Amino acid sequence: MNKHDIAQRVLDLVGDRAEAEVRVSGGSASLTRFANSFIHQNVGEEGESVSLKVVVDGRVSTAITNRMDTLDQVVDDVIEAASHQPVDEDWPGLAAPTEAPESLHFDEATAGASPQERASVVSDFVAQGPGMRAAGYCDTSATEVVMANSAGLRMEGRATSATVDGIHQTDTSAGSGHATAYRLADLDGAAVGSLAAHRAQRSSEPYDTKPGDYEVVLSPEAVSTIAVFLAVYGFNAKMKIDGQSFMNIGEQQLDESISIWDDYFDPKTLGLPFDAEGTPKRRVDHVEAGVSRSHAHDRRTAAKMGAESTGHALPGGAGWGAMPTNLFVGGGDQSEQDLIASVDRGLYVSTFNYCRILDPKSQVVTGLTRNGTFMIENGAITGAVTNLRFTQSFVQALGAGNVLGIGNDSRLADSEFGPGMIVAPSMRLAAWHFTGGAEG
Amino acid sequence: MFDYAQAAVEGALAAGAEYADARVVVAKEQGIEVENQNVDDVGVSESAGIGVRALIGSSWGFYATADLTDKAARNAGTTAAAIAAASSVVAGPHMPLQDVPVVTDSYETPHEEDPFSVALSEKVDLLVGVTKIMQDVPGVLIATASLRFFDTNKWFVSSQGHRIHQHIVESGGGYDATAVSDAESQRRSYPQSFGQYETGGYEKIRKWNYAENAQRIAEEAVQLLDADQCPEGEKQLILEGSQLGLQIHESVGHAIELDRILGWEAAFAGTSHLELEKLGTHKYGSELMNITADATLPGALGSFGYDDEGTPAQRVDIVTEGTWVGVLSGRDSSAVAGLPPGGMVRGDGFNRLPMVRMTNVGLLAGDSSLAEIIADTKDGIYMSTNRSWSIDDKRLNFQFGTEIGWEVKDGKLGKMVRNPTYTGITPKFWGTLDRLAGGDEWVHWGTPNCGKGQPMQVGHTGHSAAPARFSNVRVGVTG
Repeated sequence: MNKHDIAQRVLDLVGDRAEAEVRVSGGSASLTRFANSFIHQNVGEEGESVSLKVVVDGRVSTAITNRMDTLDQVVDDVIEAASHQPVDEDWPGLAAPTEAPESLHFDEATAGASPQERASVVSDFVAQGPGMRAAGYCDTSATEVVMANSAGLRMEGRATSATVDGIHQTDTSAGSGHATAYRLADLDGAAVGSLAAHRAQRSSEPYDTKPGDYEVVLSPEAVSTIAVFLAVYGFNAKMKIDGQSFMNIGEQQLDESISIWDDYFDPKTLGLPFDAEGTPKRRVDHVEAGVSRSHAHDRRTAAKMGAESTGHALPGGAGWGAMPTNLFVGGGDQSEQDLIASVDRGLYVSTFNYCRILDPKSQVVTGLTRNGTFMIENGAITGAVTNLRFTQSFVQALGAGNVLGIGNDSRLADSEFGPGMIVAPSMRLAAWHFTGGAEG
Repeated sequence: MFDYAQAAVEGALAAGAEYADARVVVAKEQGIEVENQNVDDVGVSESAGIGVRALIGSSWGFYATADLTDKAARNAGTTAAAIAAASSVVAGPHMPLQDVPVVTDSYETPHEEDPFSVALSEKVDLLVGVTKIMQDVPGVLIATASLRFFDTNKWFVSSQGHRIHQHIVESGGGYDATAVSDAESQRRSYPQSFGQYETGGYEKIRKWNYAENAQRIAEEAVQLLDADQCPEGEKQLILEGSQLGLQIHESVGHAIELDRILGWEAAFAGTSHLELEKLGTHKYGSELMNITADATLPGALGSFGYDDEGTPAQRVDIVTEGTWVGVLSGRDSSAVAGLPPGGMVRGDGFNRLPMVRMTNVGLLAGDSSLAEIIADTKDGIYMSTNRSWSIDDKRLNFQFGTEIGWEVKDGKLGKMVRNPTYTGITPKFWGTLDRLAGGDEWVHWGTPNCGKGQPMQVGHTGHSAAPARFSNVRVGVTG
């Protein structure tokens, strides 16, 4: 039975007993993992799952199963569960029928990639660091999704993803490299491995530097971590409803050089053409020239705030709210070298690690640097420093006058929370508050 | 189900695997979430499938499918072996395995009240009720409550002859209140942040007396908005049990994972500040520090009968009177390191490769009490309930924030403080442990959201802890 047939079968099983929304997703995912410069874990999986939401007179219940042999029982159980619930006063109703945009980010060859092809990318990465220890992964995945609801909505989409991500290590340092695309053929394991090896060599024998406020140049990966926090705790409309978002629509809250938007249609990004509720993707401007413009909405938050869904519902994510997953941080016109060259004394940060929110409203976050932190003096990198802990308001860091330069090197950058969601450039910021050395 | 697992193992061996094992897993989870008396979600998820791993040379190959037929299981075994063989493109040293007893056995989590048999209406009424109590406190903007229950059956077969069935039952939940001012938000949770989870049935929910604590929790959230900021400086620090549980999880539990020590997790989760050659001599903390990894503790979240390699659950000494003496390990990592197998390998569902996981990594109880510790403290902060956590990739530099704190002056609990944080370096911090409670204050805290591995796996771990005191700790770190 194909996914359309499964979705229709579920709707038929529900019949007129309830409103229903069905999401049938499936595909394959494979990941080749290496450490100490050899492949040690190599995994793959395939399967399908059905997510069902039913509404009985405003009473909502959900179910997820990968057991196609018990769908009738699942449907009966979820309807029974809904009928015993209190009315969900915030239920926004089902999405109306509409056309889904074309699936723009799917590659047949990536969907069928072999373990040998992934191992080849790994081999290219590892070969760039002779005498060093390499660790990381190369993965490929293919997802196909069919959405249907009892209001008549029917849509399908598909997407692929491929990533190579890893580090090279010396006895005293590590350097990282990363690339993600929807085509495995676009990944250059040697180039990513070379960057990682270069960073590892350059950051060997690091020295301790005193904590305090430093001017910084952040790599695209470090900037993408900032963007994750702005999105999850700020753009997310549920955080606004809960009184915890920094965003005030129409106010100049960031430096005028900062623009952030979400755009599924850009070829540099990944993913499906609709969200978990069947709302088609569209471009959404969250910040324009530093002015807060729009929250990310799912149907529930949109109904509460008198807005329209922006197509940002997450599977099973009502408790979290809405999250943009095709995010772009606007690029500038300077090379990363230009940004470094304009710093008298500061730090270059390759990646942030283990960042956690301390206060959502002020966007105060603590975390550490990792895999290459460098001292900049008189416009040039003069050495490596040991990792540092920071405690910093991200909104303040990007505030008016604090963004001193933006790179022209935008790429699909891996925040510490996973690949494929954010295109970001390098950035030069006036101050970053480091509160301690990572190793005491 | 054993037959499917057997077919998968046979498929892997026929395709060249030196060793293979397979798990059929049938899992059910129920979750209920309520916000401000409105039921946001009542959901059930079910999954069934088989995961088979095959060892060839230096690499594991693993393949999972939801198709539970003899043919699909056999094909999964064949595919797992083919994936392992492809690893030879970037090969390393041969991966050895420690011997473990070959057993045929079954295990079931001790539980009194099947959580899936308790009426949904009773669960919903409980959560709606506690959010109403919290909402009735002026100043509370958001009151949320949740329950989650897990019922997992696993059938394990290995090419060496293991046949083990396990039925694991887990229950947990909790609630929190959030108050918001123009400048910031403050949250209080009960029994701990993200809820308290244990192995067992619905009796684990009843014992925490949700309704009795809701008003206090809500009032504290509101009071925090007007509390003074946590002072900055070096002070005596008293940690409430659940916060100490997370401190153990992050600064001990992950650091003693042998796969991290061996570099197998270097790129993502990280490595460890611990070096194997210092096992048995490295000073981890003060003489009050006695840590065990004990998968046999009744009711604790990391308890089971056998791990997902068929190794029996056991208690392993990790830190004895402040000295590091043990690790968390599986059959492969322990063989590489020349140590006995620890039985600490578990996978998340049927479709994830089993890996080294914390069981119940806990700090053995002391002979004091929170009241005695406070009475004996001259200038300190008492911090409770985790709000944020961050630690570096070697598990050395940490910074934690808690939901609430109180000054302790001259043996008395003083004023409430907001945004309490503390930071430290692992062995230095544990070296200052100087008072430790026990008795009824020693609790099997559960962490249901431990992330590790690629693809990501979520693990359920336990951390027994009682309130404890540390000295000369840097508190009040601000941005």
